[in-house]
Amino acid sequence: MSTEKHHISTYMSHGVVLTILLALTALSVGMAELHFGAFSVAVALLVASVKGTTVLTYFMHLKYESMFTRIMVGGVFVIYVLVIVLLFFDYLFR
Amino acid sequence: MSHSETHPQVSYLEYQGKYKGILGWLTTTDHKRIALLYMYCIVVFFFVAAILGLTMSIEKMRPGQDIMNAQTYNGLFTVHGIIMIFMIVIPGLAAVFGNFALPLLIGARDVAFPKLNLFSWYLYVIGAILAVLSQLLKGGAPDTGWTFYVPYSAGSSTNVIWALTAAFILGFSNILTGLNFIVTIHRMRAPGMTWFKMPLFPWSLYATAWIQVLATPIVGITLLMVIAERVLHIGFFDPALGGDPVLFQHLFWIYSHPAVYIMILPAMGVITEIFPTFSQKPVFGYGAIAISSLAIAFVGYFVWGHHMFTSGISYWSKWFFSFLTFIVAVPSAIKVFNWISTMYGGSIQMRPPLLYAISFVFLFMIGGFTGLFLGALATNVQLHDTTFVVAHFHYIIFGGMGFAFFAAIHYWYPKMYGKMYSDRWAYIAWGFTFVGFNLLYFPQFIIGVQGMPRRYFDYLPQFQWGHMLSGFGAFILLIGLILMAWNLIYHVKRGAIAPANPWKGVTLEWQIASPPTLENFEEIPVIKHNPYWFGTEEEIKREKKSVTRNT
Repeated sequence: MSTEKHHISTYMSHGVVLTILLALTALSVGMAELHFGAFSVAVALLVASVKGTTVLTYFMHLKYESMFTRIMVGGVFVIYVLVIVLLFFDYLFR
Repeated sequence: MSHSETHPQVSYLEYQGKYKGILGWLTTTDHKRIALLYMYCIVVFFFVAAILGLTMSIEKMRPGQDIMNAQTYNGLFTVHGIIMIFMIVIPGLAAVFGNFALPLLIGARDVAFPKLNLFSWYLYVIGAILAVLSQLLKGGAPDTGWTFYVPYSAGSSTNVIWALTAAFILGFSNILTGLNFIVTIHRMRAPGMTWFKMPLFPWSLYATAWIQVLATPIVGITLLMVIAERVLHIGFFDPALGGDPVLFQHLFWIYSHPAVYIMILPAMGVITEIFPTFSQKPVFGYGAIAISSLAIAFVGYFVWGHHMFTSGISYWSKWFFSFLTFIVAVPSAIKVFNWISTMYGGSIQMRPPLLYAISFVFLFMIGGFTGLFLGALATNVQLHDTTFVVAHFHYIIFGGMGFAFFAAIHYWYPKMYGKMYSDRWAYIAWGFTFVGFNLLYFPQFIIGVQGMPRRYFDYLPQFQWGHMLSGFGAFILLIGLILMAWNLIYHVKRGAIAPANPWKGVTLEWQIASPPTLENFEEIPVIKHNPYWFGTEEEIKREKKSVTRNT
């Protein structure tokens, strides 16, 4: 039921994405030294989300997929956000 | 060159590929053979875990120590739980009947990634071997229960790490199966099969697959964190190391509650296929059933806290999780109403698959209604960790998923093997199974309300009547299961030849040979009607008018 479309990314774009991911990993490690207190987990999750989005967009070709597929992946992200919010909701009101 | 020229038109059971015999099966990438590989493993493990359950029931028929000591009992209920949950119930319907029927139902030759499918089965086998080893190796069977609650699991001297690793690997197998199904459903539906012309079992598998892919990694990481805590003494969950045991419960149930829907959604899908076939009329409320599968999967993500009402979570969390738990009952009820409405006014043939399907609805309703007692905050505190929970859980999982599995095997057996089983023996086996099941679990509701704790080796004499009845029920149930297995195994060789469409079904799998050829369809079908189209539009309209008039 689908029309197959193929897209080949350039080595350059892969290299740039890889560099960004490595830089964000270094940032994650570095932030552990900065002590954000109650927000440390939130900041770590934010950086991880940016990394995840980058991988999905470029390495997993979400950028070239249909709007339907992108919305579905967005829905997955919303589920994860809601799960994390509910989890921290408990800690906030305990 | 047509497919029939490249592959001779012999059945998938007879097809000889590069390898023959056992090696041919172990290297197969055919979805139907992989389904059978899963089924044989699952049936063997099911009987092992059922025997363990029976010995637990025998031990509890009288108070005090009878045939085993307390530590053995702890090991037994843990092993019973791990095998039943991680090796049977979670992969069960999706891996066996999803693999077998999904490509047939959507008009495809195989799943999207056949080699990955076989790899998933190998991961399953590796995980299963590790789980079995955890019971046998020096150190003793894990005694934490299948939930691996910390801090006990962080300190238990038994083979907890083996069991955790097994569950981790089994989870990966599950993720890969889910991924395969999502891609298969997106990419490989027959021409003309739009989303709302897709049969409802694939819809339920689709909802299930999203849970498999999204929720399973969470428990995988959580189990690795427990291993890290035990080996490296990192304080994630153990308060002695600065961790939070309630966090473990959160992370565990973020997966394990949606896992209940991994178990039950495909069961609902199977039942939805059976009702229209044996009522010879289109399924009632197609769209509502399809969307309710997605709704159950979605809301199911946010109700995990109802397992933790007594763990010390915040008041507002309890309130919120309790509210959402009641909400998830709505799409489940929609399905039940639609199944009953499908039968209404139909030409009902009470054959074994329908008998099991109706039993599913009956038992699932008991499980569902008793779930409301556990979802309500006040009654939950009273019933938490009693045998009421055990009974509720088994009514949902065994009464639901288990009976749906029995319904599915009786439904697709002619397609799988090209043979018919004995209806008479199927009815007799059903009688033993249904009576035994209810006798085993229903008394546990009552003694649970009276205060009988779960997972207790010994108990006060006032609870003996319930345990005694349960013990008898366990024996009767086992007789039913053995009869069922005998009927099905015996007739693989000696059964009458099955026609292509013994039940007069209208979905695609009944339009091809029994058993199917290697690539299922000589020509991929073009879909024009909805999947449960039993006649002309005029006939369907006339039938609807007649039902409305009668109502």
